[in-house]
Amino acid sequence: MVGLVVVSHSRKAAEGIAEVAAEMGGDTRIEPVGGDGQGGFGTVPDDIEDALAAADDGDGVVVLVDLGSAVMNADVAIELSDVEAVIADAPVLEGAVNAAVAATSPKATVESVREQAEAARDVDKL
Amino acid sequence: MSDEGAAVVAAVQAVAERLEAERTHLTDLDSAIGDADHGGNMARGWKAAAEEVAALDDPDPATVVKTAGKKLLSEVGGASGPLYGGSLVFASPELEDGITAETAVAFAETYLEKVQDRGDARVGDKTMVDALVPAVHTFKKSVETDDLPPVEALAKAVAAAERGVDFTVPIRASKGRASYLGWRSVGHQDPGATSTLYILEELLAAAEEQLDVAETPPVDATSPTIPDGEEAAED
Repeated sequence: MVGLVVVSHSRKAAEGIAEVAAEMGGDTRIEPVGGDGQGGFGTVPDDIEDALAAADDGDGVVVLVDLGSAVMNADVAIELSDVEAVIADAPVLEGAVNAAVAATSPKATVESVREQAEAARDVDKL
Repeated sequence: MSDEGAAVVAAVQAVAERLEAERTHLTDLDSAIGDADHGGNMARGWKAAAEEVAALDDPDPATVVKTAGKKLLSEVGGASGPLYGGSLVFASPELEDGITAETAVAFAETYLEKVQDRGDARVGDKTMVDALVPAVHTFKKSVETDDLPPVEALAKAVAAAERGVDFTVPIRASKGRASYLGWRSVGHQDPGATSTLYILEELLAAAEEQLDVAETPPVDATSPTIPDGEEAAED
């Protein structure tokens, strides 16, 4: 099934978002990744590449990202990786929840999961 | 070690030393319109890259460039890692057949393309692209149209980058962190364009040394700098 990677500048934020999404996502593989590798904020392409490999079971991966360089580093990691992966242009938490649910569909593809993640842009809260 | 591989290792070392020397200046530029980490990030990243490539066993030029880029990706924080490091990694295959005027042009064009794709910036956004686009276009034109020797073409490219850096001062930032400042970014020189110029200057010095050119030829200041219409309108 399609896997998910959650990329944040904060390792803790990525883990928390993955936890929330996992509540809804059943068996979906969700890999959190974040931090500069030295205890600070940031993202590292090598780490994201590892997370892509861990989340993939052959059906591809949808990547949720927070801000700025997380987007660029995820983009670099995807270009370096052999895994079929796409970035969803979506709010990271809401997108991860939507994607985790979408991935449980037996007909889910990378494209259908990304589409559902991106639908989270239109979620009204008030 | 192959001569070309060794020359590229020396060039990476020269860039690392230059960025260490300019660390404070780059940080000062970045503190005016960014988050004051460009000098430190670039100096630290290139130092690590220089150490990494120095340890390679008889590398070819493409391997040196790729190794340096990978190290920058993991060591340089923020957007500079993917922009400087990622672009080197993905442009490095252009040098697999060695360094000639033709492969250098292909390398420069791929590097520019990667920076623009990744950063989604165009000329006039007050970014490194303002130095890089005129440099790459001038280099290509000097080699392909004007048939200049490579070192002379590179010297013209550096001069074009320098004018590109100057061009970043009066304009308003519309990409990167400086864009949050809006009009307050006007009057400040862009740190990314500036570090890009330093890198190009060190590549020129390394090329001069390698090709044993006595001195930099005088540069004709009428080269194109900021491209018009065609490039600016692309998307």
